[in-house]
Amino acid sequence: MNFLSRLAVTGLAAAILAGPALAPAPAYAAPPADTFVMAKDVSDIITLDPAEVFEFSGGEIIAQIYDRLMWFEPEDMATLVCGVCETYTVSEDGKSITFTMREGMTFESGNPVTAEDVVYSLRRVVKLNKTPSFIITQFGWTPENVDELVRVEDGAAVITITEDFSPALVLNALSAGVASIVDMKTVEEHATDGDMGYAWLKNHSAGSGPFKLQTWKANELVSMTANEDFRSGAPGVKRVIVRHVAEPGAQRLLIEKGDIDVARDLTPDMVAALESNDDVTVQTDAKAAVIYMAFNQSDEILSNPKVAEAIRYLVDYRGMADTFLKGQFKVHQAAWPEGMWAAYNETPYALDIEKAKALLAEAGYPDGFEIHMDTLNQSPYPEIAQALQGTLAQAGIKVEISTAEGKTLWPMYRARKHQLILAQWSPDYTDPHSNLDAFAHNPDNSPEAKLTGVLAWRNAWMDEDMNAMVVAARNETDTAKREALYHDIQAKLMHEGPYAILFQQTEQAVMRAEVEGFVSGPTFDLIYYRTVSK
Amino acid sequence: MTDTNSAAATGKLPAAPRALRATASALVSLALTFIGLTAITFVIGRVMPADPVLAVVGDRASEEAYQRVFLEMGLDRPIWEQYLTYLGQILTGDFGTSIMTTRPVTEDILRFFPATLELATLATLIGCVIGIPLGVWAAVNQGRWIDHCARVLGLAGYSAPVFWLGMLGLLIFYGNLGWVAGPGRIDIYYDGLVEDPTGVILFDAAWHGEWEIFWNAFSHLILPAGVLGLYALAYIARMTRSFMLDQLGQEYVLAARIKGASEFSVIWRHAFRNVLVQLITIIGLTYASLLEGSVLTETVFAWPGIGQYITTSLFNADMNAVLGGTVVVGICFVGINMLSDLLYRFADPRART
Repeated sequence: MNFLSRLAVTGLAAAILAGPALAPAPAYAAPPADTFVMAKDVSDIITLDPAEVFEFSGGEIIAQIYDRLMWFEPEDMATLVCGVCETYTVSEDGKSITFTMREGMTFESGNPVTAEDVVYSLRRVVKLNKTPSFIITQFGWTPENVDELVRVEDGAAVITITEDFSPALVLNALSAGVASIVDMKTVEEHATDGDMGYAWLKNHSAGSGPFKLQTWKANELVSMTANEDFRSGAPGVKRVIVRHVAEPGAQRLLIEKGDIDVARDLTPDMVAALESNDDVTVQTDAKAAVIYMAFNQSDEILSNPKVAEAIRYLVDYRGMADTFLKGQFKVHQAAWPEGMWAAYNETPYALDIEKAKALLAEAGYPDGFEIHMDTLNQSPYPEIAQALQGTLAQAGIKVEISTAEGKTLWPMYRARKHQLILAQWSPDYTDPHSNLDAFAHNPDNSPEAKLTGVLAWRNAWMDEDMNAMVVAARNETDTAKREALYHDIQAKLMHEGPYAILFQQTEQAVMRAEVEGFVSGPTFDLIYYRTVSK
Repeated sequence: MTDTNSAAATGKLPAAPRALRATASALVSLALTFIGLTAITFVIGRVMPADPVLAVVGDRASEEAYQRVFLEMGLDRPIWEQYLTYLGQILTGDFGTSIMTTRPVTEDILRFFPATLELATLATLIGCVIGIPLGVWAAVNQGRWIDHCARVLGLAGYSAPVFWLGMLGLLIFYGNLGWVAGPGRIDIYYDGLVEDPTGVILFDAAWHGEWEIFWNAFSHLILPAGVLGLYALAYIARMTRSFMLDQLGQEYVLAARIKGASEFSVIWRHAFRNVLVQLITIIGLTYASLLEGSVLTETVFAWPGIGQYITTSLFNADMNAVLGGTVVVGICFVGINMLSDLLYRFADPRART
């Protein structure tokens, strides 16, 4: 065969392959009624082990797979209720809590859910000591003492704390992902070298939640099947598929064509364009994440309280929220978000150039100064930074902006090497202590202390009064008093802290019109797939 | 990689030692490429500001948790020691574990690379089947409308951003006309229904006679392959045209015409045969660059390919994955170059003597 005939054969083969592209279109079916298909950027999932999950998407997935010790029901996301427990009683000194178990619950393996599983799950978190373990180790639990402090007594799970924490705070923390209850027998069957199933549970499930993990293919999809025996009844759909679609434009086309049931990452302009489409509905939910600007107090200029106050008046909060952030963020100026218990919703700051100029003059900078601002490189951070650059310039503050990936930005922030930084924070559990411990409480400001997880430390800010207030609120057992204390802390932090808190996130999910019952609560894991029906 | 030419040019060595020498030189070249590639990627990975420890522990981790993982990852040891350890590992086929997917990098590559392979192969086929005749035709009709059309198409295909073409293609062919399926490799209801030992869905579905799945996968593949194919086509057509023009001006073409050869024979038997030799290199390079994975195309089409894998890994400071991916892409480059050399000998009688 010579070359020409070879070429002809190749050409023919290719033409046969390419032919169907020109042939009549095959029909593509919409998702079946018993399958719920979601498009979302889930590239952040790195594990599905509840002792380790600390990413938004991973947190949302494990909330579907595992039941927790304490939990919020979709009907009332403000009231903390028992998850796997039937009731709980707090001891008189407030240091011990006894959880009696619900009867008749089973794991996906068929094993019953018992107090042993609860105790094993909590001990496992403490012993594995992964990043989110601090949520429960802050009660004074260590790998050495946890076997004694978390135990089974007369068929009930009993926990004892050594720190002076309010029981309300402890119970709230026990609704976090680390309080997911895993199936001890199944997990131990898959343990290797005494790792408590750590290697296995990263991409398998052993829970008693409304869904079971079928498969997780990183950067491709997560699929789950319904647990018909879930304690609140079988979920509304038999299968859930979360497809990784990073590009919002592609998500938009998929939802318009009906190939998916919900698109989670559309941009505000896409949502606006879809509002007139009868085939879809737009659902807007408030989220607990806040966007804030922080001022490093080891910087001479920024450590001047008048400068910080001036900058807070140089933000066009309303202008941004009504334009390019519309539908995605709303103005919020306190460290604990609106919609949560003990939220403080005052917004005393608005753009006021003259007032800011006067404050800068008092601070000794009548002509402004030059400053560096770091932020993330994905939308909306660069846009917000540019808007801030514009309004700060009106008072003579020249801002130079640098944007970077989180993995590049956070090491710098943790090493206190920034001046101004624009970033986001969301709570780790549903108690105000979660945010205020990070924003306001800094027990040791020395560089050697390296309290790198604490925002106040990262910004080299320590206020003894504030520290005492945070500890007092943390330990207060009277709910009304505790709420008042948190209001005081937030009000003080708003004016004296090294921050300008700007916005609170709202999430817009675009759904096919036939989808009902998708519940998306304020935190990243208070999201319920089980209530969805089509 | 052009050693074969020089070896052929000497023309004195007996065939067997010459083949041995060529193989040895190819192996040395492969080893050097491999060491250079891993060393450079390794050093870049270690000096870039992204912190691999934070990729594991998260940005809120305490200093204690950070230090523990820092030591676990061996980052306290000198960089050359880390590199040698790594090199030793990959020589035994162990690319380490990816932080992002929590699976061995080798498994990840076996999952992501076939997706890219499928895409790149069809794109290159499209580029060749349309690009070569177009280039020849344009050269033969130099200065006429077909030539202008080919040049405009070439320019457009080469300069239009692929993500824009991809979105436009999706909007028209998926959104409006409904001729092809949307983003993704296959309709999710078919996912996992057919065993996929090779990871190339088209092949695996055809192998099992699952034609419904085959056509579904094909309807997902054709649009991204078409977009990348346009890019390949533009380059191949442009190069074919220019090589062909070069050949058509040669005296042997004139001689063939004087001798009375038909126009078809002059173009395809005489001129094109010489063009083909040069084209092999061009096609090889195009194929290799497509095998690297087109991040933008893969993102727009939610295509789980190697380009997206390496890029996402890079953003996540997941250096094992980046290194593993880079080594595989490097091996592809070297492999395709070698294959081009082989084909070169096949197509050019002078290289065989």
